[in-house]
Amino acid sequence: MRLEARDITFHYPGRKKKPVLKKFSIAIESGERVGLRAPSGRGKTTLCRLLAGYEKPQKGQVLLDGRPLAGYRGACPVQMVWQHPETVVDPLLRLKDTLAEAGEIELELTEKLHIEEGWLERFPTELSGGELQRFCLARALHSGTRFLLCDEISAMLDLVTQAQIWDLLLKESEKRDLGLLVVSHNEALMERVCTRVVDLPWDNS
Amino acid sequence: MKHDRKEKNRRKSTILFLAAAVLILAAVTAAGIILEGTATETDFSRTNLAPGTGGLFGTDWMGRDMFARTLAGLSLSIRIGILTAAVSAVIALLAGTAAATLGRRADAVISWCIDLVMGIPHILLVMLISIACGRGFAGVVAGVALSHWPSLARVIRGEVIQLRQAPYILVAEKLGVSKFQNVRRHMIPHLLPQFLTGLILLFPHAILHEASVTFLGFGLSSEQPAIGVILSESMQYLTTGRWWLALFPGLALVLAVILFAVLGERLRQLMDPSSVHE
Repeated sequence: MRLEARDITFHYPGRKKKPVLKKFSIAIESGERVGLRAPSGRGKTTLCRLLAGYEKPQKGQVLLDGRPLAGYRGACPVQMVWQHPETVVDPLLRLKDTLAEAGEIELELTEKLHIEEGWLERFPTELSGGELQRFCLARALHSGTRFLLCDEISAMLDLVTQAQIWDLLLKESEKRDLGLLVVSHNEALMERVCTRVVDLPWDNS
Repeated sequence: MKHDRKEKNRRKSTILFLAAAVLILAAVTAAGIILEGTATETDFSRTNLAPGTGGLFGTDWMGRDMFARTLAGLSLSIRIGILTAAVSAVIALLAGTAAATLGRRADAVISWCIDLVMGIPHILLVMLISIACGRGFAGVVAGVALSHWPSLARVIRGEVIQLRQAPYILVAEKLGVSKFQNVRRHMIPHLLPQFLTGLILLFPHAILHEASVTFLGFGLSSEQPAIGVILSESMQYLTTGRWWLALFPGLALVLAVILFAVLGERLRQLMDPSSVHE
């Protein structure tokens, strides 16, 4: 499979003169692990949101295997893991209910991510950021996922957990032939994980 | 552990208080309906009696028992309050969600209406609508119901706008959760506390405005045993020393309003997401 952004131009409402992305193109093949590098505020997260279909580009298209992403019904094959896990879980629901929304999650996966059974009975505020992030990762890796967009997913984790997570992601992506987009400020991590690295262009005019 | 016990007690005491308040208000309403006949009964052998000899609250210039009149009036006020608050809340819910979901133009129109209604003093608007609808029961209900929705509508509009963009709802959509499921599981639990609290906090306003518009003579007709009617009639007897005619009905009205206000406040504490774990 191939996830592709073709000549996308995007600006947030009311800021037409300063588009975040201008005629930008990127393609990710299945099994590829692409790093995305740029300083703060240059649109890395925006690109992730566009590729995952949370935003629509004003010009250009986001295509999955040549078909527009919006045409896919049900659980989307492109999933994004957000930088701040506490914003993406409903604060009023127990985690097991939130997890149930993603359909069946393999037990093996939650075990590998060291998600303890007891956590699922709790509310999101009762978990730490790292624990929540692992939970979100398990949710995003449901069986239908083909592409995973990782937006700074390990920035707030301790080194041991970071290593665990990336080790698992590498294994999963190889096993399931996932395409990965890795956003990070950590050069060493990019070098270790990615098959190639892309720089976001910066048009300051 | 000590800490734990204290918090549990607060929740329990709140629930107990809520039950007691609802019970009292329900009892007053029921008693008022039952006593409606007694309230209009005249007995010219027992006119102008002070509290004590002439019953709990005394009697008026036509020998009517003031206790029965007060209860009947309060009951009528509470019933009108519940009806108008419910109608107002439904209007607020519809207008608020419509403003948040039907696009920019609808939002502009509804927000303009909210500002318009909020900009006119409540009592004036209630009077105008009441007169336009022919006064009486229908006039008061229409007046109060059509003037009290804006603040709640504004709250609901803001809440829905916020919820629609909440990342956890976007993510759930992306994971294949249907629109209906999303509304049921993620939106209603967040919206309901705000809505219910707003609804109950509308009661005291509605009751007060009903009574005041009736007091001013633009509301319920004078043969109905309403608190506003009782108060405006007893005004002429105050100077002759018959203080009980105004004092007890007025106090009863204030107490009922305070009870509703505290009820809403306690309920908010109980249901608000930010204090739900307390």
